[in-house]
Amino acid sequence: MSIILDHVNYIYSRGTSDEVKALDDISFEIKDGDFIGLIGHTGSGKSTLVQHLDGLLKATSGHIYYNGEDIYDKGYNLKSLRSKVGLVFQYPEHQLFEEDVFKDVCFGPKNIGLTEGEAEIAAYQALKAVKLPEELFYVSPFDLSGGQKRRVAIAGVLAMEPEVLVLDEPTAGLDPEGRDEILGLVKQLHDEEGITIILVSHSMEDVADYVHHIIVMDKGRIHMNGTPKEVFWHASDLERIGLAAPRVTYIMRKLKQAGYNVDTTATTLSEAADSVLGAVRL
Amino acid sequence: MIRDITLGQYYQTESRIHRLDPRVKLVGTMIFLISLFISQNVLCYVAATIYLICIICLSKVPFGYIVRGMKAIAVIMMITVIFNLFLTAGEPLVTFWRFTITYQGLKNAIYTAVRLTYLILGSTLMTLTTTPNDLTDGMERGLGFLKIFKLPVHEIAMMMSIALRFIPILLEETDKIMKAQQARGADFESGGMIRRAKAMVPLLVPLFVSAFRRANDLALAMESRCYHGGEGRTKMKPLEYKPWDIRAYIILACYLAIVILLAILDIRITV
Repeated sequence: MSIILDHVNYIYSRGTSDEVKALDDISFEIKDGDFIGLIGHTGSGKSTLVQHLDGLLKATSGHIYYNGEDIYDKGYNLKSLRSKVGLVFQYPEHQLFEEDVFKDVCFGPKNIGLTEGEAEIAAYQALKAVKLPEELFYVSPFDLSGGQKRRVAIAGVLAMEPEVLVLDEPTAGLDPEGRDEILGLVKQLHDEEGITIILVSHSMEDVADYVHHIIVMDKGRIHMNGTPKEVFWHASDLERIGLAAPRVTYIMRKLKQAGYNVDTTATTLSEAADSVLGAVRL
Repeated sequence: MIRDITLGQYYQTESRIHRLDPRVKLVGTMIFLISLFISQNVLCYVAATIYLICIICLSKVPFGYIVRGMKAIAVIMMITVIFNLFLTAGEPLVTFWRFTITYQGLKNAIYTAVRLTYLILGSTLMTLTTTPNDLTDGMERGLGFLKIFKLPVHEIAMMMSIALRFIPILLEETDKIMKAQQARGADFESGGMIRRAKAMVPLLVPLFVSAFRRANDLALAMESRCYHGGEGRTKMKPLEYKPWDIRAYIILACYLAIVILLAILDIRITV
């Protein structure tokens, strides 16, 4: 079970003066149970890429295989693909429309053909999973706070019980607390439910703390592909394309220069803390 | 799909048409529309066709780009053509079952189709070659005399420019919400009329909510920069006629004169 992208190209507004090559020869594989971070500068093609995973955009050329099947084959059921690959858009709270939260979360499961009862069970579980207090289930989604709305929107996708969850900038516009909540939730979905996660972000801190694997995009191409340690090792390379390594990595390098024997490949705060403590004790 | 609608979208390039004063283009479009409605015979349409082809060539906008906007009105066009074809009285040309196509009906249908097509092409061309800002500037200046009748010309122009400015934004927003709902399994393409109309709810509610939110934000942003309407407001770049604008007016006048002449000639001949 995996997603394979094979030389995918995508061109926006083909044949007009504002033709843009958004994706340029993208090939990679996402294995079952992966936790992938997709990072890149604004306009690097991240959002375009994730819309391909769901079959919402069709590649100008190239192939995408989901569990061994080419999703561009004639007769391939895109609707079932969309139920298996859940895509949470940027600012997903802007898609809420129903009278109450519960009905809104039921929208997805009903669309993929579940009965009323099944849909309600799925919606209930999804809302529980995102930890929305039960007293908010039957209020209008427009009366919720920003962070709550976002959790409801994520529940709307989760209720379809996807195997792969793609989140496009899920922390944009949230305060640090909201950010930790959402990312913690995503991590829990991966660890406990075994859902494959693709996290799109331009925040290195978001990515470094959670993902196992990072794909760096620049100008529609894959710039780097590796573990966080491998990718953040090339900090100056990242800076050249408008990104950076996590702040702790820089601090560790400064400490090393100052003569402390610390691990400069640390990418998360806890790793760094352990390494610093170790160096100080010595 | 949704990006294909060209009406109200500006096509960025350098051309003689792009460079013209917006007032000239507004008047030009008006004259072209008037000319279409006084056209009574083939010769008039030939003149209009030549004029349109010249303008399209001068504008340097790819023809395919202009025509793409036509798709949206294809249905209206079909309906008018069919009505004209079957419901015009006159000498019968073809009769089958209950329907009669008359010679006048055929003529009317063709003329209406051409007229509608040119109407859309002409006005699309104006919006493709003029930025929305220029357009409303032109309108504000061109219609400034209406202020005497207490008409809030500036406010109307501002409303127009905001509306035009918001078309691409709302289109993009629609595209985004559509995709977001499709990702949740929504289906906008299949089913009968009623099912399709129902399928629009998950699209329209978020769209309206977002439009109101944007309107609110914009109003606040404008007020916080002390916008209070047109009274005593000056322009950073006031519109001024250049030599080529005068030449364009002369060409327009000639074109109108020719069409009127052709129309009158025809009446003379047939009388």
